[in-house]
Amino acid sequence: MKHVLPLTLLFAACGEPTPPGQMSEKPPAPATTAESTKSGGKALNGAGASFPYPLLSKWSAVYHDDKGVQINYQSIGSGGGQKAILDKTVAFAGSDAPLPQDKWDLAQADGGIVHVPETLGAVVPVVHLPGVESLRLTGPVLAGIYRGTVTKWNDPAIAGLNPGIALPDHDIVVAHRSDGSGTTYVFTGYLAKVDPEWASAVGRDTSVNWPVGVGGKGNEGVSGVVSGNEDAIGYVELAYAALNHLQMVQLQNHDGNWVSPTMEGVSAAAAAAPDLPAGPASWTAVDITDEPGAQTWPIASFTYLLFYQDMGKAQGKRLSREDAEATLRFAWWAVHDGQQYGPALQYPALPAAVVTLDEQTLKGITWNGEPLLKD
Amino acid sequence: MERRAAAEGLSSATLPEARRPAAPRGLSDRSFRTILGVLAAALPLMEAVVLVELLQGSLPALRTFGWHFLVGRTWDPVAEVFGALPFIIGTLLTSAVALVLAVPIAIGTAILLVEYATGWVREGLGFLVELLAAIPSIVYGLWGMVVVAPLMRAHVDPFIEASPLGWLPIFGRPLLGLSLLTAGVVLAIMILPIVASVAREALLMVPSEQREAGLALGLTRWETTRRVLLPYARAGVFSAIILGLGRAMGETMAVTMLVGNTPAVTLDLFQPGYSMSAVIANEFSEATTTLHVSSLFGVGLLLFLLSLVVNSMARMLLRGLSHAGTR
Repeated sequence: MKHVLPLTLLFAACGEPTPPGQMSEKPPAPATTAESTKSGGKALNGAGASFPYPLLSKWSAVYHDDKGVQINYQSIGSGGGQKAILDKTVAFAGSDAPLPQDKWDLAQADGGIVHVPETLGAVVPVVHLPGVESLRLTGPVLAGIYRGTVTKWNDPAIAGLNPGIALPDHDIVVAHRSDGSGTTYVFTGYLAKVDPEWASAVGRDTSVNWPVGVGGKGNEGVSGVVSGNEDAIGYVELAYAALNHLQMVQLQNHDGNWVSPTMEGVSAAAAAAPDLPAGPASWTAVDITDEPGAQTWPIASFTYLLFYQDMGKAQGKRLSREDAEATLRFAWWAVHDGQQYGPALQYPALPAAVVTLDEQTLKGITWNGEPLLKD
Repeated sequence: MERRAAAEGLSSATLPEARRPAAPRGLSDRSFRTILGVLAAALPLMEAVVLVELLQGSLPALRTFGWHFLVGRTWDPVAEVFGALPFIIGTLLTSAVALVLAVPIAIGTAILLVEYATGWVREGLGFLVELLAAIPSIVYGLWGMVVVAPLMRAHVDPFIEASPLGWLPIFGRPLLGLSLLTAGVVLAIMILPIVASVAREALLMVPSEQREAGLALGLTRWETTRRVLLPYARAGVFSAIILGLGRAMGETMAVTMLVGNTPAVTLDLFQPGYSMSAVIANEFSEATTTLHVSSLFGVGLLLFLLSLVVNSMARMLLRGLSHAGTR
């Protein structure tokens, strides 16, 4: 998910005392823990998804002030992050989508890669319908619009969900992301889950073969098409929709309730997810769209930090044991103390069950068979 | 020209060698030549490296799809079926629209600047043309999205449809404003400065004797321009057009913001399309499967080859033209 936030927010994300550009010039803060003395103010490198980048920047600034450890995260996209960790050029990677099966299999030769969900994202359908206060859609109707079977706003399928609302007899202008993105991955995953036709004809990926519509580049491109054309519908990240006051659609969730997108609703989706994989198991099939729960927003997803299960065997030549340990301590901090910085930047907090799962996964990461985090 | 060359030859021949330290001079000449040689060799070497990289990267896709990669109409990352035809067509169509619109304006501007305008008009207009070239393409893209696309949708597209032009098979039913036509229109503005300034240079190179001869024969200014200047400068004007075409084919950011990014095989300029560079920019960073990445490399390879073909064809044409021109 490409995450584009207004400048003010980006600055907030960077933390007031140290915008990231200046950080390298500032001497490292005095070491406060034994662990950071060992890593000696050294920089730890990660790369990947751009969606969590504002949050990671915030974490990086706070963590640097607090522990004296510098985290460099390059937002190069989920695909780039997955490639970087498989190439062992980074200590950790960020990805909105879990590793696909072939890459997960590939990583097994090096002892496997673990997924640590670090925050949550949500996708929101937005429309441009002057005179319509709030529009209600179900998943299958949304899928129908994006498959091109529902083409008019006053189609009975839409009108039936919105009694008493005057819908125009106009063609629906459909907009989607043109760039490969986690947002599209989550959105198409939701459509595939609620509509078997979508699953078989289109499927789920970071970019797909869209049956109808025009592509806009990034959240700003899609919202540009939507705000520039009456009768348009598109989908963007929750944060982008909220900050730009786009006209959001209410969806019917798994429990049959009409819900508007909220951060609580997204956290509820993560909490409702049954049987998440533990430790080094594959996350390829994980999908937290259309989860049960009264409040649950149905188009939600995790975004992950990726680590090697055995950092010593996989990365021992490129990464020292101290740096590996420091990386894991940062991840530990991010899923605990770091969560409080999420909501201000429109990142919903992880539910307790997922934090517990992350703890187990992080404790299971080893250095030549020996656990790296002992406490 | 000849006189100067002769004078130089004379001076180097007659200057007593003994007065100058011969050895260092020869040495510095030789080392300078070596350095130049290395620098010059770096360019083809770089091109070779790019070509090898592109070939290597696209090998899985070319092996899987073979010939169908070139003519396939489907681009489906989920089913992993990749055909590049929609992008090739999109790149060619948007570039063609850009050329058709930009070339007359650019060459007209060049003629005005060289032959007609004087004083501050010449200065000011020349400056404005160069200013166009200094605007980053993302700004063109934004402007296109906010200003041009709505304008096209609301006014230009319906106007074209209603006019006799609307009968042409390249115009169907106006749709959104994000279309091959809109991308072509903004591309035209983007390539205008380079075409205009190179064409201006070519016209400035025409010796004033030619101009005077034309006028002396009783030709009007326009006739002189049309019958004497343009034929004389046609090689240079032609390279100006080719440079513009190259820029149009490679332009990414503005195109992707305006073209609608829909991989459809269509000749209808009102429809959204896609271009080769745009699909690479859009999908590369989040492409996760090997075949998807490789297919994007494949599109890059095709773009490289397409530019090569277009450039060599232009060069051949140019050679023909300049032979005709010098006679």
